[in-house]
Amino acid sequence: MLNQNLKLNTKVFDADVEQVPIRKGFGEGLLMAGEEDKNIVGLCADLTESTQMHFFANKFPERFIQVGVAEQNIVTVAAGMSAMGKFPFTSSYAMFSPGRNWEQIRTTVCYNDTPIVIVGSHAGVSVGPDGGTHQAIEDMALMRILPRMIVLSPCDVIEAKKATLAIAKLKQPCYLRLAREKSPIITTLDTPFEIGKAQIFYQSEKPAVVGIIACGALVHNALKAAQDLEKEGIAVKVMNVATIKPLDVNAIIDLAKETSALVTVEEHQIAGGLGSAISEVLSTNHPTLIEYIGVHDEFGQSGAPAELIEHYGMGVSHIISAVKTVLDKKKTF
Amino acid sequence: MSLTDEQVKDFQLKANDIRISIIEMLAAAKSGHSAGPLGMADVFTYLYFHALKHDPKNPTWVERDRFILSNGHICPVYYATLAHSGYFPVEELLTLRKLGTRLQGHPHREWLPVVETSSGPLGCGLSQACGMALAERMDNGVTSKKKFYTFMGDGELQEGNIWEAVMLAGKYKLHNMVGVVDYNNIQIEGYLDDVMPLSPMKEKWESFNWHVIEVDGHDFRALDTAFEQAKTVFEKPTVILARTIPGKGVSFMEGNYKWHGNPPGITDVTGAPPKAEQVAIALADLNKIKETLQ
Repeated sequence: MLNQNLKLNTKVFDADVEQVPIRKGFGEGLLMAGEEDKNIVGLCADLTESTQMHFFANKFPERFIQVGVAEQNIVTVAAGMSAMGKFPFTSSYAMFSPGRNWEQIRTTVCYNDTPIVIVGSHAGVSVGPDGGTHQAIEDMALMRILPRMIVLSPCDVIEAKKATLAIAKLKQPCYLRLAREKSPIITTLDTPFEIGKAQIFYQSEKPAVVGIIACGALVHNALKAAQDLEKEGIAVKVMNVATIKPLDVNAIIDLAKETSALVTVEEHQIAGGLGSAISEVLSTNHPTLIEYIGVHDEFGQSGAPAELIEHYGMGVSHIISAVKTVLDKKKTF
Repeated sequence: MSLTDEQVKDFQLKANDIRISIIEMLAAAKSGHSAGPLGMADVFTYLYFHALKHDPKNPTWVERDRFILSNGHICPVYYATLAHSGYFPVEELLTLRKLGTRLQGHPHREWLPVVETSSGPLGCGLSQACGMALAERMDNGVTSKKKFYTFMGDGELQEGNIWEAVMLAGKYKLHNMVGVVDYNNIQIEGYLDDVMPLSPMKEKWESFNWHVIEVDGHDFRALDTAFEQAKTVFEKPTVILARTIPGKGVSFMEGNYKWHGNPPGITDVTGAPPKAEQVAIALADLNKIKETLQ
């Protein structure tokens, strides 16, 4: 059942659960952060409305810079503003920023130690019809390997808003990963949020035999899989890891010790993402069997978002299968 | 008011001392770039000893002008100018490129906070200057007198990122930005016109709504006129195209692109003295200039 200590959305399993794009939480959060801190500035590369920066841009036109379709420029200009005491939020599609401008982020933001926020919207295959060119499934890997960079992938609109407000106070280089499509609201305004803290969203009544660790909108699929598995008599826990870096190492080790079998779930290449980060921690601390749900070293394509999630093996049924697979392996391990 | 004869002579001597330091540090490091640093010594001298509003005793002075070195590989001239300006001891120059040094092979802001930006990967400096100028305008309005100087290499202008910045500065009319292009027509693999031509340079910048000044980068009076003129342009950013001689002051390096990425004393280069004699000859050349000036 849902961990109601966290005051999650009780309607999360309903067929008509409210769905809102995660990116909207960023837009609302940035507006609020901008009202609180006049040093926050916004920069966008011709995608102001679709990245939801228009709330901020309309309210604070004097603190908004339209750089045009120039992703190398957006982060370097922002780094310069940071050097003068501003805290810049930059937004584009994840495929272009941080997809196109990785070296600029490395040198002028991280190495240079001039903090900015890189907001990558429209991440994952769920961008849908635009096709493989626009489906960033490597972005978390690109950002995770940079010293100083914090990487966040919120699971719903409410968590995205809280994450944005938390980042605004943090003033460190940060990558905030967002998605285009509407997705179910999982948390509530009362759900606690802290950068670097993983949370158990679901725990079966019986002791869990497998831990599912997920991030982004796929947390919802993980929850649905957990509910179905519990009905089948397989007890699991679902952990939401909104902060991919720095990882909540203790929480992950605890879950590994408790279950000895994990499934990681992310809308990202399996190489370099959430699952890889967890493997890095566990291989030296508590070697654990892991099945990975994610994209298997291939590119996306056009299609409806839900179709693509199924096609690339990230649906509820795939998570259920992965749980059963890792459970079988555990028995013979 | 134009520079006095005494000022010009003083600058020439300082620039020559900076060139001597460049050779000494490159010889000690046994790696690094020679031609660009020697070529830009006069422009650096003019900036740090005349144009730039700064205080070596208070490097974080909020009201200082900002200087951004975009082509970080010419940092030997930057470090030498900073040391001769009093930011750190001249002796520290000999630590260039050695383990643990503040004088990294390419400038690193975190370790040497006097430096405004880390640089090396080309094409990013002008954008950062744009960001600084935008932030300054937000805080202090269009009438702010603070200047944002960015030095770039001419080969560096082959980077697309530069033109993204050129576009943005033109759009926002960032008049307190002054770019300086080291127009020496060489890059690591050859002459600009062979590797990737950039002419017509002046027209390119003008078409992006920049004010362009062409100048002899070794003529202090001409540099003074150019930098003073830049202060009077309020409707657009200014770029100074400084024609320089790569390797300036060292007879066997002048004009030869082979010295772009080589230090003296390490490599035998066609037309140059044997490597064992290069450092001594370079220093002798510069000391001779010093004697002539004195």
